[in-house]
Amino acid sequence: MQTTIAPKRRSAAGRFWREYGWAYLFILAPVLLFLIFTLYPVISALVMSFQQYNIMQSTWVGFDNYERLFKDDTFWKSIWNTVVFTVCTVPVNIVITFVLAHFIYQMKTKWQTFFKATMYLPAVASGVTISIVWLAIFDPTDVGLLNRFLGLFGLDPVIWLGQSKTALFSLILMNWVGSHGAGIILYLASMGGIPKSLYEAADIDHASGWTQFRAITWPLLKPTTLYLLVTGVITSFQVFISVYMMTQGGPNFATTTIAYLIYQTAFKFYEFGLASAQSFVLAFLIILVSVIQFKYFSSDVEY
Amino acid sequence: MKSKSKLFLILAAACLAGWAFITIIPLYWMVVGSVQDSAASASFRPEMLPGALSIAPYERFFAKTAAWRWLANSLLISTVLTITNVFFASLAGYAFSKLKFPGSKAVFWLLLSTMMIPAQVTLIPLYVLVVNVFNLGDSYTAIILPTAVTAGNIFLMKQYMSSLPTSLIHAARIDACSEFGIFWKVILPLAKPGLAVLAIFTFVASWNEFFWPFLITNSTEMRTIQVGLASFVFAESTDYGAIMAGATVGALPMLILFFSLQRYFLQGITIGAVKG
Repeated sequence: MQTTIAPKRRSAAGRFWREYGWAYLFILAPVLLFLIFTLYPVISALVMSFQQYNIMQSTWVGFDNYERLFKDDTFWKSIWNTVVFTVCTVPVNIVITFVLAHFIYQMKTKWQTFFKATMYLPAVASGVTISIVWLAIFDPTDVGLLNRFLGLFGLDPVIWLGQSKTALFSLILMNWVGSHGAGIILYLASMGGIPKSLYEAADIDHASGWTQFRAITWPLLKPTTLYLLVTGVITSFQVFISVYMMTQGGPNFATTTIAYLIYQTAFKFYEFGLASAQSFVLAFLIILVSVIQFKYFSSDVEY
Repeated sequence: MKSKSKLFLILAAACLAGWAFITIIPLYWMVVGSVQDSAASASFRPEMLPGALSIAPYERFFAKTAAWRWLANSLLISTVLTITNVFFASLAGYAFSKLKFPGSKAVFWLLLSTMMIPAQVTLIPLYVLVVNVFNLGDSYTAIILPTAVTAGNIFLMKQYMSSLPTSLIHAARIDACSEFGIFWKVILPLAKPGLAVLAIFTFVASWNEFFWPFLITNSTEMRTIQVGLASFVFAESTDYGAIMAGATVGALPMLILFFSLQRYFLQGITIGAVKG
């Protein structure tokens, strides 16, 4: 993308650069970074996924990597874990977010600001910080906050992260209590955008609160819900930090997610080819799920 | 909307207060746990209400780690990333929203489509490229370069700048202002609120970034605070006091930033995400 041509005569090319050169110069840096750090790696990853990769000498193995991973129990387990995690967290979080936003919307402005700020606060802490605190909360002895809470009811301490049957649930529980602040603020902005006249008309028709919710509020907030659903699923499909920090995928692969499996395959076992194949399966799943969501959930309401 | 009954409002407020309490508890416990002295014993039970305050956990955390260096690294990296992202994203956002040039739409959508690709796909070739081809492993450049300007930020700035008046640009052009001059003297001052939001979010995201710095750094001195914290947890998993102190050290700058710039945080989220 050459932009520094300085034409002596009035050529067509000269005019072209005089008119558009600046614009191309303005987008030069992002485009270069995109070519080097995104486009090249994507193509390279695709090639790698068909190779037994080695820095010195890679050998072409066709679909071997893909065959290997489809026969691999750990791979299927990781997909299952990721799907369970996503199905248990994303819809629940959207419902929590919606209810909280709906309540906050009824409050006076001063209280709205207070609750928005309080709910958003945990989002400022990093995944590492949150994981560290929850490691302590899940402590298997009665030191952990959660076991102390159970102790109040006379229940025995639970080995939250250390046994297969509770480990994944623990990560899900932690996610439920995570921050809903950003979603709440988005919902509040959309709620503010719903024309008041719609509710006034509904009042005149003596529509009940539930009918108003079903016929006005929910359909008109669909775009926001769709946005939260799509971004939630994409984030959830890539969950890594909490797994790495808290369980390392264990015990007995109970918390191995796809993202964690890819990390392990690549940077523990240095199987770059196999890991690339796994990452393309992940990309395929993400795109597939996003398309389905857009198709069946996108709003046909105009207002 | 129908005026709600008083009882409903009270119940709603109670629910909100309850949930806010649950949300805040982990962070509260972290801070409280960091100022109680555990004497590094495994039987340490951080209490919800601290008795005698102690900074011993902080002393242990800083004594056992290169935390000052990690903090300096994080500060440097986050600052540079904030500057490059704000500058290049607003420059590109301006070009895509206000300038007409062949290929504009195609290039914009190509950039945007990269947001759909999960990070895991590009990760391995990116690692090979940076470490083995560019030989940049374990350096600031390696941490900064791949996210020097992100597609998401360009999108936000394009959205934001579309709402700025075009007439001012025409006026400046008639006054023979250069295109970069227009960007620098006309557009940037008008876009200040958007730039502030972008800067804050980029800074926080860079400060909290874990995976890429974690992969690309080898030496203790090159770690960011997040990567350093993770390594500390694995090394000292029984010293809860010091771990809580470390977690607080990693989070506190962002918490303070949030309290002082709350308004920007709460308004900023809606840029680009809500139509209208």
